Amino acid sequence: MLTLREITKRFGQVTANDQVSIEVRPGTIHALVGENGAGKSTAMRIAYGFYQPDGGEIVIDGSPRILASPKDAIALGIGMVHQHFMLVEPMTVAENVALGAEPLRSGVGARLGIGLDWRRAEAEIERLAAEVGLAVDPRAKISDLSVGEQQRVELLKALYRQARLLILDEPTAVLAPQDTAELFRTLRQMRAQGKTIVLITHKLAEVLEISDEVTVMRDGRVVGRVATAATSAPELARMMVGRDVLLRVEKSPRAVQPSTEPVLAVRDLVVSRPAAERASARLSGVSFEVHAGEIVGVAGVEGNGQTELIEALAGLTAPGLTSGSIELDGENLVPLRAHARRARGLAHIPEDRHRRGLVLDFALAENVILGVQDRPPTVSHVGAAWMDLHAIRTATEALLAEFDVRPANPDLAARALSGGNQQKLVVGREMGQRPKLLLVSQPTRGVDIGAIEFIHRQLLALRDRGVAILLVSAELEEVTALSDRLLVFHAGKIAAEVDPTATSIAEIGLLMTGGGRAALSTDTRAARLGGAA
Amino acid sequence: MSELFEVGLVMSAIRLATPLLLAALGGLLAERSGVINIALEGLMLAGSFTAAVVTHYSGNPWLGLLAGILAGSAVAYIHAVACIRFGADQVVSGTAINILFLGVPALLSGALFASTGATPQIPKENLLPVAPIVLAFALVPILTLLLARTRFGLRLRAVGENPAAADAAGVSVTRIRTLAVVLSGALAAIGGAYLSIGQSSLFTRNMTAGRGFIALAALIMGKWKPVPTMFACLLFGVAEAISIQMQGVAKIPVQFIQIIPYVLTLVVLAGFIGRSRPPKALGQPYQKER
Amino acid sequence: MSTAERLRNLPGWAQPILAVLAAFAVGGVIVALVGDSPVQTFTLLIGSALTWPDGIGYTLFYATPLIFTGLAVALAMRAGLLNIGAEGQLTLAAFAAAWAGITFSGAPAFLLVPICVVAAVAAGAFWGAVPGVLKAKFGAHEVITTIMLNFVAAAVASYFTEYHFKKPGDALLQTVQIADAARIPRFGTFVPNFPERIPLSVAFLLALAMCVAVAIFFKRTRWGYEIRATGANPDAAEYGGISTPRQIVLAMALSGGLAGLVAVSEVLGYRYRYYDGFSAGYGFTGIAVALLGRNRPLGVLLAALLFGALLRGGLFVDIFTEKVSKDLIFVLQALIILFVAVGSRERAAGGRR
Repeated sequence: MLTLREITKRFGQVTANDQVSIEVRPGTIHALVGENGAGKSTAMRIAYGFYQPDGGEIVIDGSPRILASPKDAIALGIGMVHQHFMLVEPMTVAENVALGAEPLRSGVGARLGIGLDWRRAEAEIERLAAEVGLAVDPRAKISDLSVGEQQRVELLKALYRQARLLILDEPTAVLAPQDTAELFRTLRQMRAQGKTIVLITHKLAEVLEISDEVTVMRDGRVVGRVATAATSAPELARMMVGRDVLLRVEKSPRAVQPSTEPVLAVRDLVVSRPAAERASARLSGVSFEVHAGEIVGVAGVEGNGQTELIEALAGLTAPGLTSGSIELDGENLVPLRAHARRARGLAHIPEDRHRRGLVLDFALAENVILGVQDRPPTVSHVGAAWMDLHAIRTATEALLAEFDVRPANPDLAARALSGGNQQKLVVGREMGQRPKLLLVSQPTRGVDIGAIEFIHRQLLALRDRGVAILLVSAELEEVTALSDRLLVFHAGKIAAEVDPTATSIAEIGLLMTGGGRAALSTDTRAARLGGAA
Repeated sequence: MSELFEVGLVMSAIRLATPLLLAALGGLLAERSGVINIALEGLMLAGSFTAAVVTHYSGNPWLGLLAGILAGSAVAYIHAVACIRFGADQVVSGTAINILFLGVPALLSGALFASTGATPQIPKENLLPVAPIVLAFALVPILTLLLARTRFGLRLRAVGENPAAADAAGVSVTRIRTLAVVLSGALAAIGGAYLSIGQSSLFTRNMTAGRGFIALAALIMGKWKPVPTMFACLLFGVAEAISIQMQGVAKIPVQFIQIIPYVLTLVVLAGFIGRSRPPKALGQPYQKER
Repeated sequence: MSTAERLRNLPGWAQPILAVLAAFAVGGVIVALVGDSPVQTFTLLIGSALTWPDGIGYTLFYATPLIFTGLAVALAMRAGLLNIGAEGQLTLAAFAAAWAGITFSGAPAFLLVPICVVAAVAAGAFWGAVPGVLKAKFGAHEVITTIMLNFVAAAVASYFTEYHFKKPGDALLQTVQIADAARIPRFGTFVPNFPERIPLSVAFLLALAMCVAVAIFFKRTRWGYEIRATGANPDAAEYGGISTPRQIVLAMALSGGLAGLVAVSEVLGYRYRYYDGFSAGYGFTGIAVALLGRNRPLGVLLAALLFGALLRGGLFVDIFTEKVSKDLIFVLQALIILFVAVGSRERAAGGRR
């Protein structure tokens, strides 16, 4: 169906794909695995005509093709569901699905591009949706849909264009376990109908569960291709990383007994949407505590209030949108903005290092002082204006060495660093502030395995030094492995607090999608069976 | 005060709103596709000057209007290439075009007519006092339908909200945006041409006097939608009409009357902007290469 | 690699030089189309700026206000703001300087000159802070608001001049003269063999000092750091505890204050009065100067010298060529801005409304 032959792609100095050859046989589910930055998405974006290769050949159905744009790929029966959905939010499902392949009425109007036959498009969408078992209302606005529903729209977009080969880029990253199971049912059904599927992922359990064949990439190269039936998770992990990998986090029991007084106490926290948006709250009535020396985890499908929680605690929410109380060591933080909260011992590893955590055009030394620009050693005393460039440089060099940031050049722009090294810089900067409370959000997103291990060790070490840590992660494995207690978020509320050592992933998954405690006892067995299937 | 609201004032307001409306509708097309068009002022000047010169030489205002449209489109194409192909800062590129047309008409007019201040008078029978008004107001429903009901409109909106999504769906972002910007140049140029061969009978130096910017303000006030934008333009038209009437009558220094439209714009921007949402990708060049 | 990428990969200093050369090339074509010789026109344009003492004296004189406005625009741009309002800010500042020079005419020079300077800077800073507040508080885009405020500033200065500070019966729209004590020394008074008729004054030295001050501000102070962070990534700045609304107002006020220093050169050093329409678009040219100088103080200085030379040469082009008028300068400026923007590696300012 699809063959990439010695594809090479460079972005500036970086070679994202180095003579990559991948063969996808028709009617199979082909998994493309590798670490972040291994070049999986780049290879498939080339197959979709989104990027043009600097060398190599794309062969589709036996003939070499040049794909100048996604339009060419679509015409050849290729569809792609991107990791970040490619949907126009203020438009409807039907408009999004039909965009680029609009249903024109016959006659003169068609030639002029006027007179769009939305009824026909909607009927077609409903038919396709029924065929593969995806329920979506064609007239709904994208911005009103859940993440899972948006993914269905992406699938329908490809089917509407009669895609025979479907590429899915990390489709389960945003889904709860139950939604993942449903997606996989749909994919199997599509395979049964004769479609070919490429699944980009870094989750090995999924690879083993659903794929027929696996291609493994590392550092922009293909390092292996195996039949799924003939491999195992440890073998795939070794190929991905190039060495033996510990797949589990080694965690000691809490070293410090939690204090009776909490470091962070949150009561009835509400974060509403700005008046321009719909009235419902993004976070409604959340209460919990975090003590010294413990990691409290927050699990949940993304978009259920986790981002709002962290931003509200860090003092980054627009004033007037929050109510309730936030206390740090007994002091009310609500009237204080980010700056004052930092001064009282709060540090924050943000979920998006590019948007919040770094100024990409600034040198590393300038990024190291972000958040501490008005206190020593940046300036001689708190509030002073004259910066001590020598002290900044010394502090930067120390941090780069301690947190193994490479290349360790304080004058380099943050943009020039890999994702893992950027994240280590942010982690090092925030930990280096000797906080009482550390807010951590998606600490290992887009980070290679070496850096993941490093960051996990650092978080546990900080916990053992008596820091209170609130950890949000979309990676269920990560948050259950690191946390001492786990809060499960659903629809802007805490659905349950569970003991991560005594609760199965399937149970947590059920809570994440709104299944309550009562449902748990009866449904646990079914969920366990579903998860294992 | 009742005499202020006579028919004459209404007609005068409509006439004064016409060039604003044409330019604002042009700006609307560009901005809904995601390209800031602060060059409206320069595009109007390009249309205004070209229309006056060609009408003067040919004696045919329609030919003049056509030439003005071509000039506006050509200049807008420069803006499109700079912003879309080269990813130049859209506000800066627009500012450059505005400065360019402070100079170009004067330079050419100096060479052609030995006067950098104005082009020669055009006889009254060679003017187009009505057609641009009709066109401007007819364009309001036309653009509304274009945006809501046509393939081009759907793609234009998609490109302005999320160009990556449009690209992934097989829509050429470059082509749609270029077309939108060129069309905006054509419309702004008609607005400019109306000033030189409709309202008056010659081109004078910097004849638009900030109308391109007021059109932009009207567009923002109209939340990037044709009908509300029309009402915003009419509001500015009324303000200007009143200020012209008062200049003769009232004992207020002329400077205070002249600044009414500008102060109104400021008030509007401070009061309205928070509640209107621009196209999401406005001002951002689309470059899929990382 | 596309042309755009190749342009972007040029070293930082090469790109503005290329832009200037390209602008002169296209400008030359336009000159030829208009019907004059490009070689003769450009020889006149550059040549007349390099003679001693008149050419160089006037070039530095014309460059002085452009250094101030170039620094003003550059400072705002480092905060992610495009200050198109330098023109209005310097207009009000010039009027304020004249007002102070007329009102406190009894004061001795060592007091009166600083009073006039402070009045100018305060007026410019105030007029800059207004769009800053409108942006920080209401989200109104500074490009539109500053353009509107330019019109308002011109009207306000013109009103006060006409109704309160004009010499009765004067046909021109200008104020009466400021006190002699408010005048600052011209180069002719302390540079031997330099004619005093050339209005190059100590304001030029102030402009050089401001280049150094702005460079230090950005490189060595926390305030400069916070403004740069706000411009480079406002979300990250907020995360780092920087109040971005405050930085926006501060940057616009500082920018307006710098633009206001034009009054020192033009009112205290040259015309000794406020004169309606005294600014030859210094505020707008400042945008071109800042862009060409890549928002760096040294770059601004060099760009201002180039544009000062063009202004000087433009007068000779007007007189000594057949067809080309001094409006050629606008065309060259616009082309330079356009070419710099096309090849620029970075966003000049926040594009969002």
